[in-house]
Amino acid sequence: MYTQGLDSLGKDCLRDETRDGAALESRFQARVDAEEKIEAKDWMPEAYRRTLIRQISQHAHSEVVGMLPEGNWITRAPSLKRKTILIAKVQDEGGHGAYLYSAAETLGVARAELVDQLLAGKAKYSSIFNYPTPTWADVGAIGWLVDGAAIMNQIPLCRCSYGPYARAMVRICKEESFHQRQGYEIMLTLARGTEAQRAMAQAALDRWWWPSLMMFGPTDTDSKHGAQSMRWKIKRFSNDELRQKFVDTTVPQADYLGLGVPDPELAWDEAAQHYRFGPIDWSEFERVLAGHGPCNRERMEARCKAHEEGRWVREAAAAWAAKRSAVAMQAA
Amino acid sequence: MTPEVRYVLRLADTNLVLAQRLGEWVGHAPALEEDLGLANLSLDLLGQARLLLARAGELEGLGRGEDQLAYLREESEYFNLTLVEQPNGDFGDTVVRQFLFDAWQLGLYEALVASGDAALAAIAAKGAREAAYHLRYSGGWLVRLGDGTAESHARVAASLARLWPYTNELFHDDDVDRAAAAAGIGVLPSALAPPWSVRVDQTLAHATLARPAHSSFVWYGKQGRHSEHLGYLLAEMQSLHRAHPGASW
Repeated sequence: MYTQGLDSLGKDCLRDETRDGAALESRFQARVDAEEKIEAKDWMPEAYRRTLIRQISQHAHSEVVGMLPEGNWITRAPSLKRKTILIAKVQDEGGHGAYLYSAAETLGVARAELVDQLLAGKAKYSSIFNYPTPTWADVGAIGWLVDGAAIMNQIPLCRCSYGPYARAMVRICKEESFHQRQGYEIMLTLARGTEAQRAMAQAALDRWWWPSLMMFGPTDTDSKHGAQSMRWKIKRFSNDELRQKFVDTTVPQADYLGLGVPDPELAWDEAAQHYRFGPIDWSEFERVLAGHGPCNRERMEARCKAHEEGRWVREAAAAWAAKRSAVAMQAA
Repeated sequence: MTPEVRYVLRLADTNLVLAQRLGEWVGHAPALEEDLGLANLSLDLLGQARLLLARAGELEGLGRGEDQLAYLREESEYFNLTLVEQPNGDFGDTVVRQFLFDAWQLGLYEALVASGDAALAAIAAKGAREAAYHLRYSGGWLVRLGDGTAESHARVAASLARLWPYTNELFHDDDVDRAAAAAGIGVLPSALAPPWSVRVDQTLAHATLARPAHSSFVWYGKQGRHSEHLGYLLAEMQSLHRAHPGASW
């Protein structure tokens, strides 16, 4: 009863749902509560499916758009070793995108449709990638802070109730963890370098600190999807819990670099065993989310341009594949 | 600079410049899979370039390492083939440039495994495996584009006509080549023409593309005389490194 083929999720399924909807849903929730993994062909509430498609595709879009700010430095990386690492890193992000689109496809949606939603401006991606990378130190700061924040968000997703997403996240987290260390190593090299390099590192930390804290999303009181996602075990920790964990982990790392965190209210709370930090400027978060960040337009233009300029290539590949299968059919 | 050092720098620079060009694609390719594929090619060529630069530095004996050689030489001190510094153009231009190059590089490495320079022979053995894979990729795309739609056929035929004249340099022997071959470390470029032609003609036939007529056009990038494009490529590649003399990264 728990497993039902995707191909049978037609009228029969709808009839089942109206008749047995409540029973199915309660069995589904019982499985989730028992920490069983939900698989692609299992029955699931439509809202669960929609939530996962939204979340996984946003994640995939973020990986793909996220190739752009760091890709900005591939041609100018200051050593051949750094160039090698950076190309490999940006390639990893593209690989994560491909992997996640595949995970989303297990829920019955085509990658092409998801990409169209992104290019039409109907789908979101992580706002952090709407910030520019004016210096080499931004590549370090992205690895350290942005990938660091992503890991905080994503480690719990390895235990997400939806099996294909959870398994994708295991590999992605391993690679992100490596990315985070390479970013920190760039920052360490700069912090121990020349005066100009130290200044570059500090300016990048100043630029990326607050946007990184915003990556965890609105405060728990304002979060739209939080409670339901927690019940479905898509989400395991609240936005504020994860943000606090990130601050607690990252501040000592900044201290080790000898760089200052740009928050005059930052202080260690001995009793709570946590860092207290100043208020986040949510108006900036809303502004960037609404499309008015420094690079929203450029990022979408770059994606649209690549897509449009690649159309004839994809059409050629499809036409060639069709010819080949016609030839194979004739031969058979 | 001895002919041996210059010969190895030609190979190193050719890889480095093409790796740099391919790196420009990452994040902007026609499909996500091609972002990954082009990044792979770039990484392989960059890896070969680093090994070759290190070997050139050793042979030179002046203590210059890979970064000094990559970031602190002027345009006229770069000895890459002119073909690889040509701009990416559209995906068809990139595929044609890559295909013509891969077919050449595979033949080169197959011959260089017998080099009297053990380091060069080892790099060639590694490089031959990678070049064979690259040729499968670029040849596969050449066939899809050539035998795809009317538009893709016309586009890629135009790319082939535009880039073909640069292949003359691939098989042109000069004093450096002759000295490196005589010393037993290098391969005469002219010897690479027949196997290259066989590979190229086979794939062109699958791609329904005609082989362009021979022209007398020759560039001499490998002698440090470049097209107008290399200066911009190096200016971009070297800008940050040169802005901070002596800094470590």
